[in-house]
Amino acid sequence: MWRFLVPVSIFAVLAAFFYRGLGLDPGYVPSPLLGKPAPEFELPRLKDPAAMLGNRDLDGRVALLNVWATWCVGCRQEHGFLVDLAESGAIPIYGLNWKDDRQTALNWLTDLGDPYVASAFDELGEVAIDWGVYGAPETFLLARDGTVLHKHIAPLDEAIWARDFLPKIAEQCGSLPCPLEAGE
Amino acid sequence: MMRKVRHVPGRILMLIAACALLPATVWAIDPEPPFEDPQLEAQYQALINEVRCLVCQNQTIADSNAPLAADLRREIREMMGEGASRSEVVEFLVARYGEFVLYRPRFQPSTWALWGGPAFFVILGMVVFARILRVRMAQPLEGEESP
Repeated sequence: MWRFLVPVSIFAVLAAFFYRGLGLDPGYVPSPLLGKPAPEFELPRLKDPAAMLGNRDLDGRVALLNVWATWCVGCRQEHGFLVDLAESGAIPIYGLNWKDDRQTALNWLTDLGDPYVASAFDELGEVAIDWGVYGAPETFLLARDGTVLHKHIAPLDEAIWARDFLPKIAEQCGSLPCPLEAGE
Repeated sequence: MMRKVRHVPGRILMLIAACALLPATVWAIDPEPPFEDPQLEAQYQALINEVRCLVCQNQTIADSNAPLAADLRREIREMMGEGASRSEVVEFLVARYGEFVLYRPRFQPSTWALWGGPAFFVILGMVVFARILRVRMAQPLEGEESP
C-alpha cells in the first residue's frame, strides 16, 4: 500500500506546483505599494517645464497615473484606449513621462492625442524608482487620499479596465465618473 | 612520423595570462569612477551583484545594461556615497520593488519555505534512508543460509 501511496502523493504535490507554475507570469512582480500612500513626487511638467506636478495636484481625486515613454511600444498600443477613456470623462489621467526626450514626447502627444490632464517629466527616472516602475507602460489607480489601489503592468485595454479597475473604482465612489472632490 | 607541433609563442601566453590578472574594476559598468575608499567600493560591488534587474530578471544590476539597472546603480551609489548602510539600501529597494529584487531574499515568513526547504528535504531524505537501512538490515544476506 505505502509502496504506491508515497510516490503517487509526491507526484501529485509536484504536479500541483508545476501546474500552478504554468499559469504564473515571471514578468509580473507585485508592487509592495498596494494599499500604501503613493510615493511623494514633484517634477516639472512636460508641456510647461516651469510649472511643477506633484502629489497635491492629484489629491482629492480618484485618478490614474500612467507611466509612459515614446520609446515604449506597449505605450503606443494602449494610447488609443487612454485617449478614449479621457474623452469619456470617467477619470482624470495623469502621465509620468519616463526617461524620455521632451521634444519627442511633445510630438507624440500632438500626433496621437493627449489623454493626460498633465504629464510629469522624469528625465532621470528617479521618481520612477520611488514608484517601483520597471517596465512601461504601468498604470496606477489612486484613491482620493492618495492610496495606491491598483497597479497594472502592461498595456491597458477595455477588458482589463472593466475587469481590474472598474470594481476598485466602484468601491471608492459608487458610479462613474467619480466626483472630483472628496465628500461630494 | 612526428607531427609538427605549432608552438604558441610564450609572449602571447603571457599576455593572455596577464589579462586574467586585470582588476575587476577595469570592467566596471558604471560611467562614474569607483569609490576612492576600497572598502566602500567592495561593499557597493557586493550589493549590486545581489540586486535583481527587473527588466532582465536573470541578471543582476551589476550585469545589466538596461537603463533601469543603470538608474538603480546610480541611486545606490548616491546613497552609499552619503553613508547609507547596506541594510538601508536594501530596505529602500524592497520598499519599492518587493522582496523579488533581492537575489538573496531575507529570512521572513514569506521566504521560510524557500530557506527551510533544502534542510527539510535533507532531513526527509535521511529519515527515508534510515528506514530503508533498517528494513534491509533485518533481512538475511543473500546466499546466507537461514538458520
